[in-house]
Amino acid sequence: MVGLTAKTLTAKTSTAKTSTAKTSAAITLAAIASSIAIFAALAGAGPAKLSKSDQTLHALNRLSYGPRPGDVDAVEQLGLKKWIELQLHPERIAENPVLAEKLAPLESLRINQADAARNYPSPQMLRAIAAGREKMPEDPLTRASVQRLMQRFKTKKGAPEDEILDPAVPLETLLTPAQVQSLRTGSVEQKREVLSSVPENKWDELAIAMPAGLRFQVMAAASSELRRKLMLMNAPQQLIAFDLSEGKLYRAIYSNRQLQEQLVDFWFNHFNVFLDKGADRLMVPTYERETIRPFVLGKFRDLLEATAKSPAMLFYLDNWESVAPAAPRSNGKKQGTRGLNENYGRELLELHTLGVDGGYTQKDVTEVARCFTGWTIRQPREGGDFFFNERIHDKGEKTVLGVKIPAGGGKNDAEKVLDILAKHPSTAKFVSKKLAQRFVSDSPPQKLVDKMAKTFRNKHGDIAEVLKTMFNSDEFWAQDTYRAKLKTPLEMIVSAVRATGADVDFAFPLANQIAQLGQPLYRKLEPTGYSNTSSEWLNSAGLLARMNFGLSLAQNRVAGAKVDSAKLEGTPAEVGRRLLFIELTPETLEAIDQAVQKAAAPAPVTNTKTNMNTKKAAPKPQPPNVAGLVLGSPEFQRR
Amino acid sequence: MLSRRCFLKGCGISMLGMGAAPAWLARAAESTAPRKKVLVAIFQRGAVDGLNMVVPFGESSYYQLRPNLAIPAPGTKPDSAVDLNGFFGLHPALAALKPMFDSNALAIIEAAGSPDPTRSHFDAQDYMESGTPGRKATSDGWLNRALSSSNTSTNTNSPVRAVSMGAELARAMRGSNPALAISNLNEFKVRDEVGASTFESMYASTLDKAMQGTGRDTFDAVKMLQTIQKQTYVPANGAKYGFGELARSLQDIARLIKSDVGLEVAFADMGGWDTHVNEIGATPGTGQLANKLKDFSAALAAFYQDMGDRMADVAVVTMSEFGRTAKENGNRGTDHGHANVMFAFGGGIKGGKVYGDWPGLSSHQLYENRDLAVTTDFRDVLGELVTKHLGNPHVASVFPGFNKPKYRGLIS
Repeated sequence: MVGLTAKTLTAKTSTAKTSTAKTSAAITLAAIASSIAIFAALAGAGPAKLSKSDQTLHALNRLSYGPRPGDVDAVEQLGLKKWIELQLHPERIAENPVLAEKLAPLESLRINQADAARNYPSPQMLRAIAAGREKMPEDPLTRASVQRLMQRFKTKKGAPEDEILDPAVPLETLLTPAQVQSLRTGSVEQKREVLSSVPENKWDELAIAMPAGLRFQVMAAASSELRRKLMLMNAPQQLIAFDLSEGKLYRAIYSNRQLQEQLVDFWFNHFNVFLDKGADRLMVPTYERETIRPFVLGKFRDLLEATAKSPAMLFYLDNWESVAPAAPRSNGKKQGTRGLNENYGRELLELHTLGVDGGYTQKDVTEVARCFTGWTIRQPREGGDFFFNERIHDKGEKTVLGVKIPAGGGKNDAEKVLDILAKHPSTAKFVSKKLAQRFVSDSPPQKLVDKMAKTFRNKHGDIAEVLKTMFNSDEFWAQDTYRAKLKTPLEMIVSAVRATGADVDFAFPLANQIAQLGQPLYRKLEPTGYSNTSSEWLNSAGLLARMNFGLSLAQNRVAGAKVDSAKLEGTPAEVGRRLLFIELTPETLEAIDQAVQKAAAPAPVTNTKTNMNTKKAAPKPQPPNVAGLVLGSPEFQRR
Repeated sequence: MLSRRCFLKGCGISMLGMGAAPAWLARAAESTAPRKKVLVAIFQRGAVDGLNMVVPFGESSYYQLRPNLAIPAPGTKPDSAVDLNGFFGLHPALAALKPMFDSNALAIIEAAGSPDPTRSHFDAQDYMESGTPGRKATSDGWLNRALSSSNTSTNTNSPVRAVSMGAELARAMRGSNPALAISNLNEFKVRDEVGASTFESMYASTLDKAMQGTGRDTFDAVKMLQTIQKQTYVPANGAKYGFGELARSLQDIARLIKSDVGLEVAFADMGGWDTHVNEIGATPGTGQLANKLKDFSAALAAFYQDMGDRMADVAVVTMSEFGRTAKENGNRGTDHGHANVMFAFGGGIKGGKVYGDWPGLSSHQLYENRDLAVTTDFRDVLGELVTKHLGNPHVASVFPGFNKPKYRGLIS
């Protein structure tokens, strides 16, 4: 139905246009390549290659989170080939010093799950501390926060209803009533002024003395250090979710190793875990840092094993509690409700390796699950790491995809499964297709997928080699892939921030925007992860949110992100060029031009003789925010 | 919106931009088809304690299992259960629903739930919303699939056919049919007026087909809702929705239904039911659960009252991922259990009755020795509403793998 309506509209639009407009419309149609069939017919057999200047932008759009001002020139100066080669070797790229600065306060991204459990306690943890089974955290601020929460916890058991920890230094001694009022109702600048009047050595006291509501009200105006203190006092267990989102955004916006960041996102999504499933809340930072990040350009087999052994995955897909049916309990009693859990086994085959049509049966799922029994996690108190529990392992013989795994293999049973899966031709195809969907087009040419799968097999699952094959292929540089991908919400928002050159000193509000566009970070509940195709993001609420975000960012109404408006002034065509790095389409340009002209035209004179009710001239339309309109335009949604 | 200058010039793009919505409105106006049936699904997230929602006061085990938590039998004490049929009674905080039961509007389905044994909120909610217990890779939700076969031509589909209240599209609502996530009806728009009209003509004229199609759907929906947004909403029949997220959501859903914008399925949720600690206050009829139930019942009763005669087209169903332990725990609360209770009213639903087979609470009757057993698959209830209320006969594609539904006869 979309196609039909579009045709009608195109026809109508053309008749209303001059012949010049028609010609440029035809060129644009080819350029944006939204209609692959038409272009292929025009170009004849074989993919038509992109022009040299388009190639740079194409590479920046695909390998990075979108160009910043100056990036196109920088890549051309270095040479496109060399730039891609460097992106495939992130260790050779000097990292942006700004990034280190932004990441420095995000402490929870650097600690392991056991420390996270201690420092950012869950309600269960608080109970354990209250019962004397756990030690109090050492950090004074965390301790204060725990104590306050524990007091609340005790309160529930019938103690006095006092929910607030009596601050040692009350708010009145830190701020005047007028200052407090300003923190509640003032502008960001006013709030900043008040906060900066408090010396740094009083910040702990300030954070503790503030009521919860006030902490939220000043969050955006606070420096990153003070913000953490406020956050920690409000909800320590939320801090990890906060740090994760901030870390991901800062890296996407500021890292020079752009392809690496794209790949961390790709592989995390491929091996998706859900932040809000119980203990995963504590495990995800370690998962991203130690399980995903080190292997994104390495060997697939290593990445696969890292995920299989990660507490985050073991917990998310329940393998930690999968038990051989005959296994005795530690107390010697027979197994009760616990038994074989096939969740991980199934998703390992369907989503991580072979793909749903990869040629396995339900029997294989069960056999794989049997091999993985005993792959579990230690108690949180013991660090919560991976360990193999011989006692609950199924010791019998198994057959996986026709390969016999003899009885008594213990921990190696599952290692063998990973070997079989990593070498399986279906895995090579499935993973190659997913990468091509992400980097090339929603329906990548089979020829390309085959080439990549061949490299995957010949180079023993070397991910960098597979990517090299893809980046060297004619299909990657074909005209019909140019601007054919719809940006994900993350890509849309980060590319807007990068294109405008906005300075971000508080990234969390951007994460909220991304959630409104439909992609809550680290919160994809299903093991499928987000789809790598456009259909996931084409919906009304998401599109509306994109338009609203474009306007908000350009009007400096997104907390934490500061756009230099002066740099975004000019004619619609100029502004468009600056943000898109190509010309706006004539259609978009015309829509924006009209809005500009409407605002510039003299206010219509009201004829009071015929309309006695009119007391004043009709209000003149506001001048549009051109940059915001470009960011919300159809062309900015593509990469 | 259409400037004089542009109008006189015969400006093609703006005319087209303007054309899209009136065309839809015209189609809607021309339509002589009967009003669309609407199904409203409400999710109580966190596993509500169904045994205290609908109290089996006729069952002595209930009082043995819950010495502190049990709601007293009707009339025995203040805050006692509201008698329904001599065996079951409503929690006193649900008293607002009693008139609906008495007038044969409200149906109660006991011991309903998922056949999957999981006691994980995450998994159980996922299964109930995907409609495929035990299968994690289902990517779409039952409520979206419930729409699939009714009409595939977008020409006659409303842009606000499927609405999920909240910032994110609910799992149950995801899928191939366009569905809107609306956190607040009044906010569903481009915030700035010049921006709105410019984006509209931009998306109407773009040659990017996918963006043009979604753009048109979007501005169609925005236009439909604009009319609603301009009017102050006053609930009919003196209905008072009360407070909280469910009240706001149901009021917005009522607005959508009464505006005849073509709504067919709606989803709303309410959290805070995970009552491990201090489920009750000073008495079993007060405290955390009671406060939540008060908001819950006020919102449901107000919706029923507000809809008035329109209730004939609208069916409402409530669910929660699993029930809670039959036995109370040591913290004046309950832990994760198995079967629960569902409510349904509106449309052709025959209320005034407690449906389902009561499995009992004696120790040998409990599931895994601790929980109320499931005797009605939640898909039996939802499937019946999909088939008989929405009129979608392809229940096997709405609940894949669920081949032998046993409808409870909620609708004749």
